[in-house]
Amino acid sequence: MIKSNYDLVVIGGGSAGMAGAIEARKLGVKDILIIEKNDYLGGILNQCVHNGFGLTEFKEELTGPEFMTRLSDEVEKLKIDYVLNTTVTSLLPDKTIYASNQDGFYVIKAKAILLTTGCYERNAGAIMLPGERPSGVVTAGTAQLYLNIYGYLVGKRVFILGSGDIGLIMARRLTLEGAKVLGVAELCPYSNGLNRNIVQCLQDFNIPLYLSHTVSNVSGDDGILKSITISQVDEHNQIIPGTEKKYECDTLLLSVGLIPNSPLLRDAGAKLARTKGAIVNERYETSIPGVFTAGNVLHVHDLVDLVTKESRLVAHFIKEYLDNKQSDSSSSLDVIPGDGIGYVLPHKITKGNTHDVTFKFRVRKPIKDLNVIFLDKDHEIKRIFKPVLIPSEMTEINLTNDELKQFKNNITVKVEKKV
Amino acid sequence: MKKTNYDIVVIGAGVIGCNIARELSQYELSVLVLEKDNDVCARASMANSAIVHSGYDPVPGTLKARFNVAGNKMFDELCKRLCVEFYRIGSLTIAMNDEQMKTLMSLKERAKENGVEVKILNHDELLKIEPNINPSAAGALLAPTAGIVDPFTFCAHNIENALDNGVILHLNEAASNVIDNGDHFLVKTEKDTYQAKIVINAAGHGSYKLASQLEKLDYEINPRKGEYFVFDHYTVGLVNHTIFPLPSAKGKGILVSPTYSGNYLVGPSSELSEAEDHSTDPATLAMVKAGALEMVPSLPFNELIRVFAGVRATPSDHDFHIAPLKTHPKFIHLCGIESPGFVSSPAIALYVVNELVKPLINLKKKNNYIPNIRPSLVTRKMDNVARAKLVKEHPEYGEIICQCEKISKGEILDAMSRSDHPHTIKAIKKRCRAGFGKCQGGFCQPLVAKMISEYYHIPLNEVLYSKIGSNVVRYKTKGEK
Repeated sequence: MIKSNYDLVVIGGGSAGMAGAIEARKLGVKDILIIEKNDYLGGILNQCVHNGFGLTEFKEELTGPEFMTRLSDEVEKLKIDYVLNTTVTSLLPDKTIYASNQDGFYVIKAKAILLTTGCYERNAGAIMLPGERPSGVVTAGTAQLYLNIYGYLVGKRVFILGSGDIGLIMARRLTLEGAKVLGVAELCPYSNGLNRNIVQCLQDFNIPLYLSHTVSNVSGDDGILKSITISQVDEHNQIIPGTEKKYECDTLLLSVGLIPNSPLLRDAGAKLARTKGAIVNERYETSIPGVFTAGNVLHVHDLVDLVTKESRLVAHFIKEYLDNKQSDSSSSLDVIPGDGIGYVLPHKITKGNTHDVTFKFRVRKPIKDLNVIFLDKDHEIKRIFKPVLIPSEMTEINLTNDELKQFKNNITVKVEKKV
Repeated sequence: MKKTNYDIVVIGAGVIGCNIARELSQYELSVLVLEKDNDVCARASMANSAIVHSGYDPVPGTLKARFNVAGNKMFDELCKRLCVEFYRIGSLTIAMNDEQMKTLMSLKERAKENGVEVKILNHDELLKIEPNINPSAAGALLAPTAGIVDPFTFCAHNIENALDNGVILHLNEAASNVIDNGDHFLVKTEKDTYQAKIVINAAGHGSYKLASQLEKLDYEINPRKGEYFVFDHYTVGLVNHTIFPLPSAKGKGILVSPTYSGNYLVGPSSELSEAEDHSTDPATLAMVKAGALEMVPSLPFNELIRVFAGVRATPSDHDFHIAPLKTHPKFIHLCGIESPGFVSSPAIALYVVNELVKPLINLKKKNNYIPNIRPSLVTRKMDNVARAKLVKEHPEYGEIICQCEKISKGEILDAMSRSDHPHTIKAIKKRCRAGFGKCQGGFCQPLVAKMISEYYHIPLNEVLYSKIGSNVVRYKTKGEK
């Protein structure tokens, strides 16, 4: 049963959505509805049957389904309403939600919205994969779903492009299921997955990792994958002729990045960053007042534990919004990614902010012996030494409210090699 | 027993074959369509710009000019009958400088000769209707009758309608050889031999080779590949018309166009290739990108969702070939149907049937001919009230399978229940758009695969992506026996 009015509607019942709803309920938000497109809560965690989840959230090592069950049990215990098999077809700037399922087509009004729709996988078209487009070229997450939920392997001679974590996890999973994983090619001169996954998923199974390599050709026989060619790339990611290696395979798995699944926000008119996540202020509120966002739809996280932590934090801001207790957000300072920074968020700090703020960012390239520097335009406000930062690990740095008060123009974050 | 004796065998179910099949289906004839792929509309008919060209630019007096202009006029009624999305958005051919403006004037004369309405726009008039065009453009030639169409359902619904009216379609059956036995032909495939009074050779790239077995042709086909980009749904109004550069010897040039579904299409390149080479390469795509950016500098290349290539069957004499073979008058040969082949297809079909088939066989209209397909429902185009009502009556239209394109289970079930019974992931994609969006089927492919498996009562590992052998999953996990 879906009502026409709620205090909070959470769009997306994965880990971010459930954690946000749970925290909001604990803070006293009464009327909450979680809308989930699948026929189960938990989102992508359901297909992540490997372990390594929950070390900070639950202080123990869990599998994805175990982690998500902890959350869904709590959703049940707190009697938070949720609907499954339900798709939000559009979101309007006045926080009207259109939702569709087999029982009806609904128009729902929400006082506040938490959008936690996760991300999707970058695919062959988006990276302009050279060569033909035969069947057998599959994103790693889709292959993971076929394997772990449906019980089928996409193929048995597999090459993997991209060293993202899903690709690494799938290298091990496919090997255990009897497939031959021929290798992993990574465009960057470093891996984009977590180090523990490189060790446990590739090295332990003698699967070669080719850094500074990419797939330079895909070849099929009348629409069916037969072979791929990898080539080494130079520092400008240009293919070096003569370095080709050809692999006969029935599957090319793509693990080439995740993209925030944010079209609902875009179509509602919210401003998006270059990364396709929403532009948010320090309360994780988008440019549409009362519409908040967290988790992988905002920026892709390293670990689910970081997703739930972020979403719980956002629940506090939602509670403040619903209680009309939030500070003035009529003007704000921009947070600007400076030298060496891929992205940083929040993207804006409102002038009325009275909290400390944790800045989350990723560096563009691995860097050692460095300082992270916060500047007000050109004037340095804060400097923190770090022995090493890598793109695959998100960095968090806290600035106190007193420190934030010193910024007048903007907040620029950069990294600099220590001299 | 399998029927092997037909009045007419149509070879090839691309846009030409599908239109001809439908046109023939209104008569008391037995018609077989042979298609070598596992679905109709699988080659050039699938991979092209899907533009219903106005017909202003083909050389006056050519078959291209004749059928383009005539075909364009047929799209409104035909698309209504066949539930195909079609929008007359108009095309703009852009002049970047005063020299090119002079060329536009001569193109305007050509339009007049072809009987096509056009208008020259100056810089200000152009920028007013297309604010994202390169502001240094000098002006443009507006052809208001140009349109954009869904090329996939245009083919699929044509063949569906033909099948509704009694035509037989065999997929995965390529005609390898045609023998003229005087009073009938023998059409040979790997599976069978068929007898036909008339053969219509609409085999696209394959048609030249087939006809050459019967007669030496006095022209050649030099396939030209075109590579494209597809962008996701993006701000409405990035461009409002199909934007062309000036045409050149290589063709109509790199266009930027909205598509019927709200995406944007950029391309094609034009380079000599093999007929079956559908590969893309970074260098060619970089050239396409540069050409497109010159006309529309703000094109969002970070909204890219797909690249693809199609191959034109470019004839050495640069005109369509649509005629019976001289030495085999009942072998109607269609060859070199490159651009503007898509827009020309209904007019070509009408010509083939009314002018070429009619003298050869008695055409008696069927009493029970149905000119329309069963209407299909597109939920994303319905308003809230209509949607709510539909879901109450048919709950399956409430369950969304493709999140990117918002395609419901009901729409997919409806497609599978039609007379052409699409049974692959790609066939569903072409008819319903499931998998056409930004995730390219990452989320919905497993759900569609499951639906196919349930609908056709086949195990999941027998569900095909497209071709035979393209099973989406191949092996069961160790735990499953």
